[in-house]
Amino acid sequence: MPGLEDLYREIILDHYRNPRNRGELESPPAHRSEGFNPLCGDEVVLTFTTDGTTITDLKIGGQGCSISQASASMMSAAVLGKSTAEIREITKTFKAMMSIHEGEMAAESDDNATLPQVELPLGDLEALRGVVKFPVRIKCATLPWNALLSGLDEAN
Amino acid sequence: MTIPWNIKEQFPLLSRTVNDKPIVYLDSAASSQKPEAVLSAMDTYYRQVNANVHRGAYTIAAEATEQMETARSDIAKFINAYSANEIIFTKNATEAFNLVARSWGVRNLGPDDAILITDMEHHANIVPWQILAEDRGFEIRWIPLGNDGTLDLTNLDKLLEGVKLCSVTAMSNVLGTLNPIRKISDAAHAAGALMLMDGSQYVPHLPTDVADLDVDFMCFTGHKMCGPTGIGVLWARAEILDAMPPFLGGGEMILDVKKSGFVANEIPHKFEAGTPPIAEIIGLGAAVRFLDSLGMKNIREHEISLTKYAFMKLKECHGDDIQIHGPSDIEKRGGVLSIAYKDVHPHDLSQVLDQHGICVRAGHHCAKPLMRELGVGATARASLYLYNTESDIDILAEALGEAGELFAF
Ligand SMILES: Cc1ncc(COP(=O)(O)O)c(C=O)c1O
Repeated sequence: MPGLEDLYREIILDHYRNPRNRGELESPPAHRSEGFNPLCGDEVVLTFTTDGTTITDLKIGGQGCSISQASASMMSAAVLGKSTAEIREITKTFKAMMSIHEGEMAAESDDNATLPQVELPLGDLEALRGVVKFPVRIKCATLPWNALLSGLDEAN
Repeated sequence: MTIPWNIKEQFPLLSRTVNDKPIVYLDSAASSQKPEAVLSAMDTYYRQVNANVHRGAYTIAAEATEQMETARSDIAKFINAYSANEIIFTKNATEAFNLVARSWGVRNLGPDDAILITDMEHHANIVPWQILAEDRGFEIRWIPLGNDGTLDLTNLDKLLEGVKLCSVTAMSNVLGTLNPIRKISDAAHAAGALMLMDGSQYVPHLPTDVADLDVDFMCFTGHKMCGPTGIGVLWARAEILDAMPPFLGGGEMILDVKKSGFVANEIPHKFEAGTPPIAEIIGLGAAVRFLDSLGMKNIREHEISLTKYAFMKLKECHGDDIQIHGPSDIEKRGGVLSIAYKDVHPHDLSQVLDQHGICVRAGHHCAKPLMRELGVGATARASLYLYNTESDIDILAEALGEAGELFAF
């Protein structure tokens, strides 16, 4: 039986209490993307600027539970200054970690080594690994990432 | 008479553990637990009686029909309906609302018409009307929220002008508010409108008398009143049901079918197409007999005293850190406690409580327009029923403290 300490790791609570890159950029010129979790009312508002290849500034607005807000805060720290290609890779790795099934699929394909091994260090984001043991909360953790993906698609 | 102190023993699920703790079930507004009497009625039906109802000449088919129709008349008595034929079985309250919208609504609502609902309705009493309004172009008006989680009825007569149907929940599933149904139905009738009452949260908890409430339709759902899922009820006055066209078509709901058309059956069968959920109907019959044996007055008294205790205990332990939405006058509310605790998000709150075996729901509770009015995205809702005890409240109050510590800023 997973315990609360698997879910609410200290680093997650730290991001929840002291969210990084909190705020909102004027949009336009900044790109804007929103994510809602209709089940629990969590919302994330992302505003970001790019110079064509990298994200140069990113702010997080909205409100929600500790998992969605900490995930957004960690995400902002992980993607700032990165190229959109890198960000898509990080997002893929993160979402694979957040999905029991995708995680297994990724492991299998690593085994037969037909795909290049994507081993991106997730850093602080690793702390969210425990969320998988609480399936109802997975959507909270992936909410900001899905908003970022759709924001990048639109910015393109 | 009071509710027996050991009533939990009649609910097998309430003896299990969750996360190694005895379960503390505080989510009966979402769905109640089921007593032995209901479980065994359904089990016995499948083991000894199971056959399709009506038309069968053989013994067990007759027994199944008889048990199902006994349930119908027991449910009719339970809400003081004039006749058992006014009890229409549906899948749940939601389907009952859709039945009224698609049958009565299609015939009676057009571009110049309006219906009146309230800011505290469940989506089941909102969306069927919105779907129909897209086709038929009638107006949907809303009675606004007033103070202390009650409805603001100051402009009721104005709001009712030109309204054909007024549809209001008797008890809010978020705030616990008991709305003055008789007062609203008197005003609706004076304005020439029919009155529909959402009894989903009311019928399980208070004595219900449709004649006394003077409503024209009532929707309620079995699984919140000790019955099984998959069964709900539309009650309406017989002459209204007689004038309504059928809802779903198929077997059972016809008297005759020719290539040129069909002749609809009498009520209630006109609205019960296909093989009904026989076991569920029998289960709901057992549920109302169970509730009746305890006495709805006693259940209401038990819940009043428990709700008072909960207000007292939560305030005593947490003072201003805790806020309970809805009426503070216990006589004007049911045992639904939507709480805001410090700045802890409802999702996090219910997650921590779960570690203590406490089942509390977090979310918008299918009442998004209300959540917008309250200015919150979600609440954590603890809801009480006949089997809850003061000890359940004590465990909740203590566990809240732990959540507060974990998320303290
Ligand atoms: C006030 C109210 N109306 C309607 C419903 C719908 O009930 P059901 O989902 O069983 O159709 C509910 C419960 O979810 C409710 O609380």
